Amino acid sequence: MSSPASEAASAERGASPRPALVQISGLSKSYRRGSETIHVFDDVDLEMHDGEFLALMGPSGSGKSTLLNIIAGLDTPDKGSVVVGGEDVTRMKARRLAAWRATHIGFVFQFYNLLPVLTAAQNVELPLLLTRLSKADRRRHVMTALEVVGLTDRAEHFPKQLSGGQQQRVGIARAIVSDPTIILADEPTGDLDASSGDEILTLLERLNAEFSKTILIVTHDAHAAERAQATMHLDKGELVR
Amino acid sequence: MSIAGLVRANLTRNKKRTFLTVASVIVAFFLFGLLRSVITTLDAAAEVGSEARLVTLNASGLTFPMPEAHANRLAGFDGVRSVTWSNWFGGYYQDPQDYFAQFAIKADTWLPMYSEVRIVAGDADAFLRERTAALVGVGLLEKYGWEVGQTVTLQGTFFAGDWDFNIRAAYVPEDPSFGDENMYFHYEYLYERNPNVVTPGWFILQLDQPERAAEIAAAIDDLFRNSSAPTETQTERAFQAGFVTMWGNIGFLVTVLGTAVFFAILFVAANTMMMAVRERIGEIAVLKTLGFTDGKLAGMVIAESVAITLVGGALGLLLARGALSGGNPLQSFFPGLAVTGGTFLLGLTLALALGLITGAIPAWQSARLSVAGALRRIG
Ligand SMILES: Nc1ncnc2c1ncn2[C@@H]1O[C@H](COP(=O)(O)OP(=O)(O)O)[C@@H](O)[C@H]1O
Ligand SMILES: [Mg+2]
Repeated sequence: MSSPASEAASAERGASPRPALVQISGLSKSYRRGSETIHVFDDVDLEMHDGEFLALMGPSGSGKSTLLNIIAGLDTPDKGSVVVGGEDVTRMKARRLAAWRATHIGFVFQFYNLLPVLTAAQNVELPLLLTRLSKADRRRHVMTALEVVGLTDRAEHFPKQLSGGQQQRVGIARAIVSDPTIILADEPTGDLDASSGDEILTLLERLNAEFSKTILIVTHDAHAAERAQATMHLDKGELVR
Repeated sequence: MSIAGLVRANLTRNKKRTFLTVASVIVAFFLFGLLRSVITTLDAAAEVGSEARLVTLNASGLTFPMPEAHANRLAGFDGVRSVTWSNWFGGYYQDPQDYFAQFAIKADTWLPMYSEVRIVAGDADAFLRERTAALVGVGLLEKYGWEVGQTVTLQGTFFAGDWDFNIRAAYVPEDPSFGDENMYFHYEYLYERNPNVVTPGWFILQLDQPERAAEIAAAIDDLFRNSSAPTETQTERAFQAGFVTMWGNIGFLVTVLGTAVFFAILFVAANTMMMAVRERIGEIAVLKTLGFTDGKLAGMVIAESVAITLVGGALGLLLARGALSGGNPLQSFFPGLAVTGGTFLLGLTLALALGLITGAIPAWQSARLSVAGALRRIG
């Protein structure tokens, strides 16, 4: 695999052999709070290629989550486009967007966000309920995903019976089980102690290296960001790579 | 797991709350089953009489007297085969709370007219011969442990004092909704003890041709319009419907009560569903992130509330059926009181509607929930 630096360089020269997997152009987002308008970011561009592992850093409130949400089609920008795999996410209708998200996006949350009433395996199975897979096939996919994160022995445990690090691994298994185009992780280690956080980062690294997963991770932590191939900074509404 | 499994998991999330909600729905539909059965039984009772019989009473109401002399004039009417009369006694046996219907009848003409009354013990002649004789339904015999040949004492209410009756015959109604807990005795006995106040309560007319009922009824009321006692003539069916409800508009009362209960439960269940969904906002946002559509999520919320109301509704109705299946104290007023198939169907339809309505608001809330906003709130 070419280094991210050379890839970015080739993209700049306009000589990229293949189009970017994620192509964000001229993205602006502001929120209105009463009479006041908060400009989160203005005219942001970003490219991500297939198999890239990028980190996004920035101070709290700089708009990292907002950017991630817009890429996942969970929030809408004021201006600009987000093209993922040739499709403009910002133009999709809600119904279409939900189906698109189910196949293309794996989301990892800071607070894991597992459903407490479901076992680890059932939590991982959730995205597959939207597919046509048979029960047996779903089970197979679930066990494979749990195996990747090293939790097959905890399949029947409920979230409250798992440590934070284990819950986050279940969260990652849920994000990869439907083999999405891109994995978006919003501060996935933000709620974990250093060693659990490290395990999670190693896992993400492995997903990228072994399974060529395209990953965008938001983090506060410079150490965490070092695990990615490249780091972008979002600050005062500007994105710099 | 499946989507249905997910709905089930959500239902068992807070078992105590789900149980309490189902319990309140059970109570509501138990009451609904009982109240609705009173109405259907009243309706059924109202259908006992054939159109071959008309009832003529004072136009001012059942409690106003009818001159006995009307009987002869009614009997002379074209199309009227025979005439008898009856009166409401309103006494009780030992316990004033323990009500059953007693009628003072003009027995010599009443008995031949009511062929649906089949004498199964004692005999009709013995009843007809004796002034203080009584004809009693077998259900009533059983209820009080009476026997044919026994003398029983009733306390009068409108007609005060102790009243002794010799039970000379027992009957079984050919039609169960006629009721087998009624008591009939001689009008003459009632008259003798209160000659100044007792007159026939209402006349019953047997017709030759049922299809002429409306025409004859109109002609009778025309005839007596300017008499001392103007009449109102109706089919026996209509009369009975009015008669059973003479103590107040039971049907209306029951409907009002039923509606009040329905709405009370609606609010309880709706509130529970809204609570259940509100505390799950974050999870709904997560499911949306995973690609669940707004419609699917709304459907899951609706399925959850419908499951609660349908299970509660079915159990409540079954309970009502159980409660009414044995002997019950309402039997003498509402003979044949039972939860009908129609009541079941209506109940389940209402339960379904209840589920759809209570689920609607939280379903709508979860559908229009903004994921980005909700995820911010939970972190
Ligand atoms: N739904 C919203 N309504 C109003 N303001 C919002 C909303 N979402 C985000 N913001 C604001 O946008 C800015 C960026 O938020 P966010 O993307 O969560 O930052 P980060 O993830 O980098 O901490 C913040 O100032 C935040 O207050
Ligand atoms: Mg954030």
